[in-house]
Amino acid sequence: MSDDSSDVKPGPKGPEQPAVEQSPENVPAPTGEVHQVGARHGMFGVRGSGDTSGYGGLDQAIVLPGDAQRPYGGWFDEVADGLAAATRDAGLEIAAPRVVIHRGEITFHLRREDLVPVAQILRDDDRLRFEFCSGVSGVHYPDETGRELHAVYHLLSMTHNRRIRLEVAVPDADPHIPSIVSVYPTSDWHERETYDMFGIVFDGHPALTRILMPDDWPGHPQRKDYPLGGIPVEYKGGTVPPPDQRRSYN
Amino acid sequence: MADQDLYSGSSDTSEGRVFTVTGQDWDSISEGLAEDEAQERIVVNMGPQHPSTHGVLRLILELEGETVTEARAGIGYLHTGIEKNMEYRTWTQGVTFCTRMDYLSPFFNEMTYVLGIERLLDIEDRVPEKAQVMRVLLMELNRISSHLVAIATGGMELGALTVMTIGFRERELVLDLFELITGLRMNHAFIRPGGVAQDMPPGALDEIRGFVALMKKRLPEYADLCNANPIFRGRLEGIGHLDLAGCLALGLSGPVLRSTGYPWDLRKTEPYCGYETYDFDVQTWDSSDSYGRFRVRLNEMWESLRIIEQAADRLAGLDGAPVMIDDKKIGWPSQLAIGSDGMGNSLDHIRHIMGESMEALIHHFKLVTEGFRVPPGQAYVPVESPRGELGAHVVSDGGTRPFRAHFRDPSFTNLQATSVMAEGGMVADVIVAIASIDPVMGGVDR
Repeated sequence: MSDDSSDVKPGPKGPEQPAVEQSPENVPAPTGEVHQVGARHGMFGVRGSGDTSGYGGLDQAIVLPGDAQRPYGGWFDEVADGLAAATRDAGLEIAAPRVVIHRGEITFHLRREDLVPVAQILRDDDRLRFEFCSGVSGVHYPDETGRELHAVYHLLSMTHNRRIRLEVAVPDADPHIPSIVSVYPTSDWHERETYDMFGIVFDGHPALTRILMPDDWPGHPQRKDYPLGGIPVEYKGGTVPPPDQRRSYN
Repeated sequence: MADQDLYSGSSDTSEGRVFTVTGQDWDSISEGLAEDEAQERIVVNMGPQHPSTHGVLRLILELEGETVTEARAGIGYLHTGIEKNMEYRTWTQGVTFCTRMDYLSPFFNEMTYVLGIERLLDIEDRVPEKAQVMRVLLMELNRISSHLVAIATGGMELGALTVMTIGFRERELVLDLFELITGLRMNHAFIRPGGVAQDMPPGALDEIRGFVALMKKRLPEYADLCNANPIFRGRLEGIGHLDLAGCLALGLSGPVLRSTGYPWDLRKTEPYCGYETYDFDVQTWDSSDSYGRFRVRLNEMWESLRIIEQAADRLAGLDGAPVMIDDKKIGWPSQLAIGSDGMGNSLDHIRHIMGESMEALIHHFKLVTEGFRVPPGQAYVPVESPRGELGAHVVSDGGTRPFRAHFRDPSFTNLQATSVMAEGGMVADVIVAIASIDPVMGGVDR
């Protein structure tokens, strides 16, 4: 490497060098809000022992990918512009969604009151045409205070061959999200499943009942505070605890 | 009274008279119904244990005479909490769970989950070519076996027992190939993050070529038996009609969507595993009914054979190539081998880690006990399963276990069309309509 660089001689006046803070590569990347959803303590899942390795004292924040800045690149901008223009045309008061782009997938984080009008526009507008809803998936982030329960919608535009994701977060204390069954009838069972598993109440759903668990089941099994269950297994004198009580890495 | 069946009979409730049917007691029911002239409307609970409901599916049918006025599906009888369980295992161990969901298409369950992990790890481009070809090969073999069961059980449910027996006869050949390649007939857990579990065994390519040659002789038998069979056509044509708008509104994909004439196939529109490099056609039909779905499945098996032939040719040129990613922090360290005490880690690998390389031992220990960490984020990479769009919504918090893995199973979504396909038709056609959706309850309930 040093051999190569020694061959490159600066010109008579030296290269044009803008001030350090003006050169584009030195401008710090614009940072959006940091979305911490929890913290990781320790390393090997050991608690309360005299850990002298130092790993037990590690504290790491769990941070999800941050907000994307314009331009998003590719068709992401077309969708974002189309959505903004279509909401303007429809005269709707909708907060600009927070956009996350990670690994080539785009996510629009919406307020819950905006979900149904946005879904309607996404489905019907010529520029967007997301005519296929792949369903609703719930995620429980118990440590993200005030936004514990997330509902994630995957939409597909067969016309333009594009996929986007909508995400709505609500507090555990008020787990209500408007139902999009009126826009995408396919989300009927998906919303029932998300209600069953997470306790998110989809207001306006035609018949929001449990679907996989029995009707009289207490609790919502996919929440992080719901135990996995299981019994210890004995084999040849040894006892193996159930999976959620085994020592685990974190 | 002596021969009164203890488990059947009738009782009066606030909802009307309730009969419990256990079989061979139709006389008492028809007599009982005849007593009440007003009772034209009957609510029949069919399943969850019933030979014609395609698994533990419960149907609640409201009948007027033999016409279905309302049909509702009750599910959840096979819910096993696989998604919850996966949150307590490492990313690699999760494959062992999700392969059991839709037990007729195990490789597709594994594939969509693994593709999600690989996207989060950002190693999509680094998976070895041979692993990708083997994935395609196994998935297409799996598509054939799944379509064979769809046609076989569908035939059985309408009384065509020959279709059932020949369908399972050919499926057995595919399962033999699976057993040869993965060691297991079902629940393979073979597709792993970064590649596949092990290399092709010697002689597998010859077996595959022999299978393709045999299938080319046997597939025409299905066409001969069914395509122009007047009884078969009479039972299937126009039954379970659902047009394109209905499919999109209800989120139906796969053969049901393609039977409306819309050539939507994720292998073409959003290729994964290098599907864009294979030569095959998307099969459609234009009748939007059960017969069209049958023909789409039949034709898709031919396309799968084409893909298998191409994949086998490529594998012939990839002898000895790696099948796991060349990243010591992710790739599963060992290959399996048959030893004197059964299948286990290969002796070469044991010698390597125990005698030659301390680093290899550390990597083996860390990967097997702890697993690898996946950067925080979420991914959704759907694949075209035999039943339609199968996708895993994979969420990571940066740990060694999935924070959440949700499967969008096509059986679950497609089963919502039961009502719209069955209402207004005859009772017997409900069975045909559901068979044409081809739901697998393991995938529906997960």
